Amino acid sequence: MIKFLIKGLVRDRSRSLFPLLTVAIGVFLTVVFYCWMQGIVGDMLQTTARFEAGHVKVMSRAYAREADQIPNDLALLGAGKLLDELRRDHPSLTWTSRIRFGGLLDVPDEKGETKAQAPVAGLAVDLLSHSSSEPGILNLAGGLVRGRLPRQRGEILVSDDLAGRLGLELGGTVTLIGSSMYGSLITANFTLAGTIRFGVQAIDRGMMVADLEDVRLALDMQDAAGEVLGFLHGGFYDDVQAGRLAGAFNALPRKADDPFSPVMETLRQQSGLGDMVDMMNTVVGALVAIFVLAMCVVLWNAGLMGNIRRYGEIGVRLAMGEAKGRVYRSMIAESLILGFIGSLIGTALGLVLAYVLQANGINFGSLFEKATLLMSTSMRARVTPVSFVIGFVPGLLATAAGASIAGLGLFKRQTSRLLKELEA
Amino acid sequence: MRNTWKMVYCQRSLVRAWLAAAAAAMMLGHSSLAAQAPSADWILGQVDGTRTSGNKIILSEMIIHGRRGSRSVRAKSWIQGVERSFSEYLDPPREKGTKMLKLAGQLWIYSPATDRTILISGHLLRQSVMGSDLSYEDMMEDPVLANSYEAGLAGEESVLERPCWKLELTAQKSEVSYPRRMLWVDKERFVVLKEERFAKSGKLLKTAEVKSVRRMQGRWIPDRVVFRDVLLNGQGTEFNIESIEFDASIPEYVFSKASLRK
Repeated sequence: MIKFLIKGLVRDRSRSLFPLLTVAIGVFLTVVFYCWMQGIVGDMLQTTARFEAGHVKVMSRAYAREADQIPNDLALLGAGKLLDELRRDHPSLTWTSRIRFGGLLDVPDEKGETKAQAPVAGLAVDLLSHSSSEPGILNLAGGLVRGRLPRQRGEILVSDDLAGRLGLELGGTVTLIGSSMYGSLITANFTLAGTIRFGVQAIDRGMMVADLEDVRLALDMQDAAGEVLGFLHGGFYDDVQAGRLAGAFNALPRKADDPFSPVMETLRQQSGLGDMVDMMNTVVGALVAIFVLAMCVVLWNAGLMGNIRRYGEIGVRLAMGEAKGRVYRSMIAESLILGFIGSLIGTALGLVLAYVLQANGINFGSLFEKATLLMSTSMRARVTPVSFVIGFVPGLLATAAGASIAGLGLFKRQTSRLLKELEA
Repeated sequence: MRNTWKMVYCQRSLVRAWLAAAAAAMMLGHSSLAAQAPSADWILGQVDGTRTSGNKIILSEMIIHGRRGSRSVRAKSWIQGVERSFSEYLDPPREKGTKMLKLAGQLWIYSPATDRTILISGHLLRQSVMGSDLSYEDMMEDPVLANSYEAGLAGEESVLERPCWKLELTAQKSEVSYPRRMLWVDKERFVVLKEERFAKSGKLLKTAEVKSVRRMQGRWIPDRVVFRDVLLNGQGTEFNIESIEFDASIPEYVFSKASLRK
């Protein structure tokens, strides 16, 4: 039966080509759209994790309450001991201390007077230890535009855009003007080792990366860290695992009224990121649903058109005594075959394009000039296991649904009028 | 009445006479004193007179009560009039050798650690001075309040068990940091014993409370003041004057940028 139907579809291309193309294009667009949205959300999470939140973050309770303001006066003291404990108790994560800070980067002229000055967002990470995972997490080597990575104390990386604006030369001295942990105005000299571009507009506008110990000295933060970040092995955020870890850490007995005792937050818990991701997932889900619904309507319409075109053929089949149910089932079987082949082609083509976009991405840098979101300017798709079925299943079912609805007209046709219809 | 007080302001002898009359009125009773209250402008003039003087050298200590404990910073300042001052930090070791120079409307800070002289301008002026509740903007304001504010008498209250005039100052210039201020002025010594500084919206930004007043070289000096930045929600900064030398001889080179690196 199936072989017979396939033969009919292959021989009568006008019956199969348009529905097949419709299904394939619809599935292709669904797969690409889904992968693209997954890529954007995933990229945002990944970038936020790398630069700001980690997969889990340990802060003092007081710091966590005002984390948006980067209150270094509320930083964790005894960060070295805490880091050792975290590494010992949770070896499945990569742990690292960081200090985020803000200030002005001041470039002196030959007399030591200010030649140029610009606001800078600073990130202090362990750059110089041999065992440091930070260069890998931040992909410093990959983002290097000029110069080299810092090799000794006092050397920093500055975003290439900022270095260009300030006219910084490699090996030149710059002065950071900022606030110490105790609120005093501080100045600290650094040497420019290289310039970097992370591909995130909000960061590339004005960022400096310095060694943690240098910044501790400059900001009067001996053995202190604003944040201790933990990254799950494999590099991907797992909300369940992170939530379990944070729950266990926060359940440890500590002084309840001590605002400086450590607290762990997951990536989703920080800065309302979870709500934003949930909202984006809802929007993506709604968009995919609307897309699939629209495809159903198109395929239903295709089924209707096909049936109208095949009005005579069906009439003959009914007149020859073929049961309405059998004709109806054969129409659904045909549509399932078309849906299967179309979905297969659409999914395959969609995945090919999604993989290309995952590997290369499209640069939307000009759209992000004033953006403050931690999103890569190069937007990439992301192929997930769901990508393989997100278009295939609706493609298959929508075709069948379209044929089922369109085929219902069969049962309204009266055998007594068939000959008249055929004569006409 | 206003003209009368202006005449009084110009003639010192009459001022003394008024002070005597005021003292007598104080003894007679509160209501009679209120009836003879001097003008707010005149009181503000007296306040400015006590706040500003010629040359002075001050040795001071700031005890900064932060959210994680207290620390103290000692400094020596050379001040000439209202426009020129030079300060050098003596303690703690981390801040030792840091110098500040104020010349008219400009402020430079020198850090020995970086050997850089930085002009403090723009948003840097809002930075805290050594982590205290005072900002560089506070240091840069014109100490002669009458130049920037119009005063109004808002009543009488007692502060530190001393009768005070309560003055409400309204800014006459848009560039001042605090569009409105309330001052509690000692009626006899014309020392500000309490102050509140407000934003344009009416929000309280900073307070200053004098904890003790000492007579030094014939002048009444508030030698212990607690400043509090209300927005910081901290315990405030205690400013203590250890010693003060009036009419001191200060060499001219002190107020030059070259002296910052010396």
